[in-house]
Amino acid sequence: MAKIVGGITTSHIPAIGNAISQGLQQDPYWKRFFDGYKPVKEWLAKVQPDVAIIVANDHGLNFFLDTVPTFAMGAAASYENADEGWGLKTLTGFDGDAPFSWHMIESLVADKFDMTICQEMRVDHGFVVPMTVLWGDHEQWPVKLIPLAVNTVQHPLPTAERCFELGKALRTAIESYDDDTKVVIIGTGGMSHQLQGERAGIIDTEFDIECIEKIIHDPEWFAQLSNTEIMEKAGTEGIETIMWMVMRGALTDKVNVVHKHYHAPISNTGAGVLVLENTSNE
Amino acid sequence: MSWDKHDYDHIPGTYVFNGERSSQGYNINKMAFSFNESTNREAFADDMDAYCRKFQLSDEARAAVLEGDFLGLMRLGGNIYYLAKIAIFHGYTVQDAGAQMGGISTEEFKAKLSKNSEGFEQKLTTIGGYFHG
Repeated sequence: MAKIVGGITTSHIPAIGNAISQGLQQDPYWKRFFDGYKPVKEWLAKVQPDVAIIVANDHGLNFFLDTVPTFAMGAAASYENADEGWGLKTLTGFDGDAPFSWHMIESLVADKFDMTICQEMRVDHGFVVPMTVLWGDHEQWPVKLIPLAVNTVQHPLPTAERCFELGKALRTAIESYDDDTKVVIIGTGGMSHQLQGERAGIIDTEFDIECIEKIIHDPEWFAQLSNTEIMEKAGTEGIETIMWMVMRGALTDKVNVVHKHYHAPISNTGAGVLVLENTSNE
Repeated sequence: MSWDKHDYDHIPGTYVFNGERSSQGYNINKMAFSFNESTNREAFADDMDAYCRKFQLSDEARAAVLEGDFLGLMRLGGNIYYLAKIAIFHGYTVQDAGAQMGGISTEEFKAKLSKNSEGFEQKLTTIGGYFHG
């Protein structure tokens, strides 16, 4: 049966991708941030996942505002990155795993999560930046990608609690798949940042660090926050942290902390990195 | 006909992108979405005014696009991720646009971000277990 080897969280902001492509990892501004990924890469090299389920939001590449799915899962054999309007270099060659996607979709829908099913999906920086920051840039990627898109753009958004419940259903879906696939779940986005309005530029490191600790040890606490409460503290774009809860919901109630890292500011954001593993006795 | 009020309406300087804003700003965002295609970006760069008219932007919205008035565009229902696709034509990053919306320079904006982040390493040390690269 398929096995969840662990969960990761990471920011997915475009600035990270730009810093990588410009080779700025050792630049004083970036060094502490990127150094915090070394243990993650070592862990990935050790556990060797076959599939990465990346939980991210689309930023106006695959979905326009004409049709906005709350939860959507890729069901394609491959995915392409594309121009988001900035003319940047696009990355290619992301293999998917269609049979596994369809298995998860069937399981999730049976579990009352009515997923939008995407047999074609262009993956924007929300999905691609996590790939490059965790695995480097590849012609042929060492892990298959399955995108799980959460609407964090067009309100009303799903609640943190709903994302947490989706994660629990995702665990059932993964662990019922009759194939020895090793799966890592990557919750992306956040943490505190607001890009818009006169309030642009807020960062609340105290709230971010509290969220990191609670998401590890007491995810029910975060699940009970309303989206308004999160936006008040973390900003309108900081709401993306609800996507970490999909990852967290898919893990055991208690988790082993392999790695935790926080840095701020990175561009406009507080950036949190976690590697969590299931406790084996659950 | 009336739009719902929301419990987030009180957050200052914030334009939560809800149905009311998305409905109002639909054409602005639709035009911005078209910039994912490089040929459309070229057409826009050739004649911004005409391109805005093609997407039936209001006079107010068209003026805000041409001037690069991002706070104005927010108030007219622009979404920040879509405005990012417009910002590039004014030589702006999202960070530049954020600074403009706050009425400060980009350097001041960056300083604000750094100031808002001050002291986090001490908090990490107090809690313990964090990577200190």
